[in-house]
Amino acid sequence: MTTIRLRRKTPVSDRVFDIAIAIVMILVTVATLYPFLNVLALSFNDSTDSVRGGITIFPREFTLKNYQIIFSFSGLVTGFKISVLRTVVGTILGLISASMLAFTLARPDFQGRRFVSVYLAITMYVSAGIIPTYLLIKDLHMMGTFAVYVLPGLVSAFNVFVIRSFIDGIPFALQESAKIDGANDFKIFWRIILPMTTPALATIALFLAVGQWNSWFDTYLYNATSDHLTTLQYELMKVLQSTTTGNNGDYRSTNMTQAMATISPESVKMAITIVVTVPILLVYPFLQRYFVKGMTLGAVKG
Amino acid sequence: MKAVTATMNTKERSRTGRFWTTFIRNKYLYLMSLPFVLWVFVFSYYPLWGWLMAFQKFKPNGQSVFHQKWVGFDQFKTLFHDEVFYQVLRNTLAMSIMGLISGFVVAIMFALLLNEIRQMFFKRFVQTISYLPHFVSWAVATSIITRMLSSDNGVVNDILMGLGFIHEPIQFMGKGNLFWGIVTVSDLWKETGWSAIIYLAAIAGIGPELYEAAKVDGAGRIKQIWHITLPGIRSTIMILLILSIGHLINNGFEKQFLLGNNLVRDYSQVLDLYSLQYGLQMSRYSFGTAVNIFSSVVSLLLLFTANGLFKRITKESVI
Repeated sequence: MTTIRLRRKTPVSDRVFDIAIAIVMILVTVATLYPFLNVLALSFNDSTDSVRGGITIFPREFTLKNYQIIFSFSGLVTGFKISVLRTVVGTILGLISASMLAFTLARPDFQGRRFVSVYLAITMYVSAGIIPTYLLIKDLHMMGTFAVYVLPGLVSAFNVFVIRSFIDGIPFALQESAKIDGANDFKIFWRIILPMTTPALATIALFLAVGQWNSWFDTYLYNATSDHLTTLQYELMKVLQSTTTGNNGDYRSTNMTQAMATISPESVKMAITIVVTVPILLVYPFLQRYFVKGMTLGAVKG
Repeated sequence: MKAVTATMNTKERSRTGRFWTTFIRNKYLYLMSLPFVLWVFVFSYYPLWGWLMAFQKFKPNGQSVFHQKWVGFDQFKTLFHDEVFYQVLRNTLAMSIMGLISGFVVAIMFALLLNEIRQMFFKRFVQTISYLPHFVSWAVATSIITRMLSSDNGVVNDILMGLGFIHEPIQFMGKGNLFWGIVTVSDLWKETGWSAIIYLAAIAGIGPELYEAAKVDGAGRIKQIWHITLPGIRSTIMILLILSIGHLINNGFEKQFLLGNNLVRDYSQVLDLYSLQYGLQMSRYSFGTAVNIFSSVVSLLLLFTANGLFKRITKESVI
């Protein structure tokens, strides 16, 4: 009697549970995605029409005018170039440094490995702070240079440890046999270890690239007066600050201010937001499988 | 006696000799690590030297740290007597603690629910969408969030008005008492999916035989979550909790910088922004550095305290 009741009861409660989860998950998905789609629709909608409201995820009066106008700003074009450049250069340099350090730390016969591990780990917890770092950059005459985007953060302890834990999983006998065949350590690194580490490298490359693409604070702090070194995120940040309530906009670019008068600042903001986001959305589906791996790899050592 | 010294000498010599032989044998390893070790020294260790400034009245007159006027703990005294400092400290801790608690609870719940989805395609789809906001910058997130919360045609106001909760739009971004909540919810929107990855990985590591046994004993799905899944990811939760407690006081400033404005300054200013404002905009470098030291030292203390507690409870150490 009891068994029959149990067998009947479980599926019903199970189905209720499944439906409840599905509803929650659909709500989560909508809440995550709707803001992006709404901004996208607004960026393609005529700016005077947008003011009337009621735009959801489709533009009502489709136009490319918002994009035409923002791409006539010199700051945005320069910003795009510099953002792409810093992403490429920063990612390559970051990969080189992290993989080389990781390779040496994974070598049991390297005397310095214990010291270097601790030495790097400390930097994850102790930092001098904004002011001493700022003064250092100033003393090194790196203000107003491109180098300030890629050099100060060149070595990231976290990235080193992620790659190192991956290399630890490669049998050391492989390196030993290469050595017997006469390969030096650099050759072993370049020809054997690097090709075998590609999944970890891809993950780290993704983290580095996203970090580079998304940063604006270094531009704000060190290169705010160098218009030729502006970045896309910084341009967006300036537009945001100039239109927020209660802030005195310090937006210097005059052609931007004029353009904001012809179409609404809100439409300018939406279009720039989309321009800044699109490159990430383009690589997102391809790299999706890597970052889950990277996240769990990092968790082992992190 | 002589013989002993002689053997010791040879021993010593052979030891240093062995060091140099390995050094030469490993010359490529040194070539691949030393430059970066020096690099880290310049950009991570050398600036710590600047901490001396906090005990001086540093003037940016081109003189080195040694030629500045020493003032002992004066900067710290000024700091601890500044009313704004306590307001800033309150804001920092309030937003960190709200973010910490809600971040953990929501991410864990999200992971648990996601794990219960049986259609693989749907699970994958939801998960992929949920990571997305993690990859956009805070500048983009701010732009999107201010649009959603806007008082003209923002979707949040539209929904609240449509449901009849309010009769006129709320100026979300201009209300100081709403700022902490806005930051917390924005953080949840941006990071929940990403934080859940690690819990899902931990859940995947729980042996299926535990669930089988529970089923035989007649446990329903909610009971299985409570008695098997949650205890199964307990150590993961503990480790992450301790690491984030270390970051309670320097929990970033980007979101506060970008979402904040002059109207909500009393609630949006956090320690890093405070040091930036005093240190750089007012050129009080020594004072700004004192603030930086305060947050670094407190976060180390928090980390060690949390780790010590963890050690006492579980006899394990995280760091």
